[in-house]
Amino acid sequence: MIEIKELIKNYGEVRAVDRISCQIAQGECVGLLGLNGAGKTTLLRILACLLTPTSGTVTVDGHDVVRQPEQVRRLIGYLPEEPPLYLEMRVADFLAFVAGIRGVPRMDTGGRVQQALQRCQLEHMAGERIETLSYGYRKRVGIAQAIVHNPPLVILDEPIAGLDPAQIVEMRELIRALRGEHTLVLSSHILAEISQTCDRLLVLQRGRLVGSGTEEEIAGSSGREFRLEVLLRGQRALVEQALGQVEDIDERQLEQRGPDELLLRVVSSQDVRAQLAAQLVGAGLQLLELRRQRDQLEEVFLKLTGSKEGAS
Amino acid sequence: MREVGLLARREFVAFFRSAQGYVIAALYLAMVGLDFNLRVLGGGAKFSSEVVSGFFFELSGFTMFFSVFISMGLIARERETGTMPLLSTSPLSDAHIVMGKYLGALLFLLLITAATIYMPMLIMVHGKVSAGHLLAGYLGVLLLGGATLAVGTFGSAVTRSQIVAVFVSLGIGTPLVLFWLLGRYADRPLNDVFSYLAIHNLHFSPFRSGKVHLRDIVYYFSVIGFFLFAATRMLESRRWR
Repeated sequence: MIEIKELIKNYGEVRAVDRISCQIAQGECVGLLGLNGAGKTTLLRILACLLTPTSGTVTVDGHDVVRQPEQVRRLIGYLPEEPPLYLEMRVADFLAFVAGIRGVPRMDTGGRVQQALQRCQLEHMAGERIETLSYGYRKRVGIAQAIVHNPPLVILDEPIAGLDPAQIVEMRELIRALRGEHTLVLSSHILAEISQTCDRLLVLQRGRLVGSGTEEEIAGSSGREFRLEVLLRGQRALVEQALGQVEDIDERQLEQRGPDELLLRVVSSQDVRAQLAAQLVGAGLQLLELRRQRDQLEEVFLKLTGSKEGAS
Repeated sequence: MREVGLLARREFVAFFRSAQGYVIAALYLAMVGLDFNLRVLGGGAKFSSEVVSGFFFELSGFTMFFSVFISMGLIARERETGTMPLLSTSPLSDAHIVMGKYLGALLFLLLITAATIYMPMLIMVHGKVSAGHLLAGYLGVLLLGGATLAVGTFGSAVTRSQIVAVFVSLGIGTPLVLFWLLGRYADRPLNDVFSYLAIHNLHFSPFRSGKVHLRDIVYYFSVIGFFLFAATRMLESRRWR
């Protein structure tokens, strides 16, 4: 669907995108991950034909973004970080206008607008002026305008930025619902969020692609460890006995939590979650909770980008 | 072309969804009406054709001035409010975007100019003026207004600030008007060049007298084409930055 080769974008003396090459298959949901200024937005703007690359090529479904921008624009729906909305218009009128300029035939416009309203759960807001909507709803209208013409490729730049926790959950569900029907490329600097939504991550640092793959692959390539926390009920001796049966445990730590609960912390280079759970239960312990420390992803990211930065 | 029509319609309707359109229309009509009473009708006995000619002269000045304010937000406002990506990522070319916005503004100008027609109609009813004179006069005013709108569209494409867009438009439009002065004082052949380039004097005068010359129509369409082309190039250049 998308092929990027040796892409470079300079803003004067500043290089925003530095020799990025990658491919994104049809139907994939890919997240661009990076700190502010990493080049995510520039890359997305090039994909959306808003910027022209300094060198290199980008093709969408075989169409070059520089030589055939009009064909590329027919294939994409784009939501920048700040949703581009005509605030004085009503939601349904706005979507009908967007569908029209994106080439949806007049007779299909009503149906497409209804579909977009439905998918973004905006039916009850169809007659409202956009200026009266909350920021979360405006973001939804922004997504609705990006999908109203049913494009094969949907590009979302920081779709959850500025949303409150409840709105983030709703937006996550909305993005998940888009998967399958569209190829999705989205950006975020919130690692946990993007890893929950995307099939594959592209990690950017100072315009360079420093990591690519699933969360596990990226973690593996950066030498990441599995840090597990297990809450148990039972005797300490049984825990020691169970741990003896599990291979590849590098570090362990057991502490008392309350009168009859134990907290076990395990560090391993391998994913030992299934094996560990089986052994603990098999030893007669009550397994109350087993969770992987999610904040490790941040550590991985910083390690990944920090090491690359150090190398440069 | 349907997409251009949709964009033009949205632009036209947008004038009535904000105070800006109403303020421009109200000020324009009030000033033209006052001027008609004080300057055009005043000053002693005149032939009807002289009154109508005076009316179109005054109307042309107001139309040029207000065109700058009608066009100031066409593209600058899109940048200011962050809605430009909506258009720039659609299959519309930059030329289509410029054309759609320009046509929407031209339609608004046409509407408010048409609302002044009761003034020359009064002269027509009570005096002796041909309908052809009125049609020629309004055609001239619309061509002149259309040319100024094109200058304003370019000014609006240069910057994201509507105020700066006004100054850019005035900065281009004022010399275009004043070229007739240079045409008067410069030596040949420069005087002919300046006189021809002047947007108002040489090319507008025949219209206010009820005469329509093809060369004047060609001139105004050339100005419109040139500045809309320049505005399109400005939009295109932004993708290369």
